[in-house]
Amino acid sequence: MYPIVEKKILSENVKQLVVKAPLVAKKVKPGQFIILRIDEKGERIPLTIADSDPTQGTVTIIFLEVGKTTKQLGTLNVGDTLENFAGPLGMPSEVKKYGTVVCVGGGVGIAPLYPIVKALKEAGNFVISILGAKSADLLLLEKEIHAFSDEFYIATDDGSKGHKGFVSDVLQQIIDKHKVDMVMAIGPIIMMKVVSNLTKKYNIKTLVSLNPIMVDGTGMCGGCRVSIDGKTKFACVDGPEFDGHKVDYENLTLRNRRFIHAEGDACKLAGV
Amino acid sequence: MSVRKTKYEMPEQSPQERIKNFKEVPLGYSKEIAIEEAKRCLQCKNKPCMKGCPVEIDIPGFINSIARGDFEKAAEVIKAKNNLPAISGRVCPYEEQCEGQCTLKKLGEPVGIGRLERFIADYERQKGKKPPKKPRTIGKKVAVVGSGPAGLTCAGDLARMGYAVTVFEALHDPGGVLMYGIPEFRLPKAIVKSEVDYIKSLGVEVSYDIVVGKTITVDELMKDYPAVFIGTGAGLPNWLNIPGENLDGVYSANEFLTRVNMMKAYKFPEYDTPVKIGRVVATFGAGNVAMDCARTSLRLGAEKSYILYRRTEAEMPARAEEIEHAKQEGVIFKLLTNPIRFIGDEKGILKEVEFLKMQLGEPDDSGRRRPVPIPSSEEKLAIDTALVAIGQSPNPLIPQTMKDLKIGKHGNIVTDDDGRTSIPGIFAGGDIATGAATVILAMGAGKRAARAIDEYLKKK
Repeated sequence: MYPIVEKKILSENVKQLVVKAPLVAKKVKPGQFIILRIDEKGERIPLTIADSDPTQGTVTIIFLEVGKTTKQLGTLNVGDTLENFAGPLGMPSEVKKYGTVVCVGGGVGIAPLYPIVKALKEAGNFVISILGAKSADLLLLEKEIHAFSDEFYIATDDGSKGHKGFVSDVLQQIIDKHKVDMVMAIGPIIMMKVVSNLTKKYNIKTLVSLNPIMVDGTGMCGGCRVSIDGKTKFACVDGPEFDGHKVDYENLTLRNRRFIHAEGDACKLAGV
Repeated sequence: MSVRKTKYEMPEQSPQERIKNFKEVPLGYSKEIAIEEAKRCLQCKNKPCMKGCPVEIDIPGFINSIARGDFEKAAEVIKAKNNLPAISGRVCPYEEQCEGQCTLKKLGEPVGIGRLERFIADYERQKGKKPPKKPRTIGKKVAVVGSGPAGLTCAGDLARMGYAVTVFEALHDPGGVLMYGIPEFRLPKAIVKSEVDYIKSLGVEVSYDIVVGKTITVDELMKDYPAVFIGTGAGLPNWLNIPGENLDGVYSANEFLTRVNMMKAYKFPEYDTPVKIGRVVATFGAGNVAMDCARTSLRLGAEKSYILYRRTEAEMPARAEEIEHAKQEGVIFKLLTNPIRFIGDEKGILKEVEFLKMQLGEPDDSGRRRPVPIPSSEEKLAIDTALVAIGQSPNPLIPQTMKDLKIGKHGNIVTDDDGRTSIPGIFAGGDIATGAATVILAMGAGKRAARAIDEYLKKK
């Protein structure tokens, strides 16, 4: 059992939980994820890791309430426990000195970007961060990411903060000004696709973090398979980060909708 | 006195009834029938049946006890060698193992050794298992990675020798393939849990959510445990590698069965994990796992459940009993059929499979006649779900994280017959060493490795 030791409501449907999981906290590296199950009848869901504290033995997760499990997770409070919390899973981000890196985070994808920004900065890179959200109140970890960024930009769809428009507009301006050596993009599939299409024109190495549906998270079921350069890879063990220029985003979008009807039914029945 | 030539029948749920539920299909022998079946045993002096038993059970010994009505003694004889009889008594391919060697086969059918093992295991469980004698502790620790049949057997045997054993399991339930792979109607999960409880009663600790290679490495385990046994199984699904395999509606057998068995998707929405199969399901492959997929589909409400296989029934790797059960339940076999692509609609949802008809040619390396395509024989079949059950490869998580461990060309950990790997103190067995095989062979490997570990630690 894994107790929840801290809870923050970041926006109406984005919550942050700090979970006591000492073995995971000791091992976690930027870019990795965990799989949790709330209770005996729960589904196993993957969530990327926003932060960790090996001395306290805690792991921070930030999630958007989209389906039955995340909505139920959002109702839990400090003192409640999770039945299972396994990890850290997946391959860590390739953190090294690239030179100038641009870290692009969209929506709840900003959360897993944070440890990567931190690590890339500590590895000696010139870090430019661009955070995007629908509106200013949905931006996450602004201060935290700003603190580790040499340059820092915001884009909102409604213009309530920063540039009015998409993160890719800001990225275009940066590419026009700087020689960019690597782009790391985590966010909605459409954002990662647009960013990858842009950087491909300039031949800039681009990594994206994919979040397909998973079951076991250990390479056993293949439910999380993604098509990378025409080859089938498992996001749980080969990823979750892949070359953004080689991802088949259409297939990923399609596979993430596999259980959309069942998810709706489950939410209705559970009244969440 | 003449011996009855055929086994006593074991009652089963009727096919019409059982395709509507997930309850076990065979119902087991009664006491009276078990005694009669046991009396068929000739008690051969040379015990040929035992040569076919990977876990070395004194088969004539326990059958003799049953014939005398002493079921407790029979349980004791089995348990002396096999800690998981309720499992092997259900899923072991006896016809190729013990029963394949039985002298009675020359006259007719062998003694129903598997059925008798199952009877004793069930008798003991229903009566309440006798708590085992606490073994004398040696004060040495062993780590076992994976709680499938190999790991549980190795852990149980080591505990009985007095070692302090901890099993590290990646998932939230124990049992490995016994839990996620084999369906409830063939191996009820309550029985797996009860067998695991017995292993725990021997003093074995089981830790869940520990993905060895990620949460903790084998090298780290070696600091606390002078010996480590790796039994992580064949968890990596093989694919057909044909176009359209990533469409919505195509599952690996592992994903489909894990959702249904371990995550209990058949009880959705009481349980949160969904599964979606539509009206027509096609399973590719013809092993036991394929039969499990096809039969599970019927129980989930599929109107038609096909098995598509590129050879003929004679080459099917599944046990005869599983094929028979599938046929009784209405699974439709399309043989000499090789899929060439999956076709989806404009939304990317699976609609059809296209296949070529095959004919059998010359034998291949496996000794089975090689299927060759008949030119221009393309046909299509409208399906809602495709289940790919063409085998599994060893799980790569541990091999990936251990540079010095010798790995075979199929991704398996290389071991000798007793499970010794290229690194002293590290042992492996079951599917991770052999590639996908059977539960009983994994149990046998766990047993031999336990002896090798004991020998290694005694010298240390």
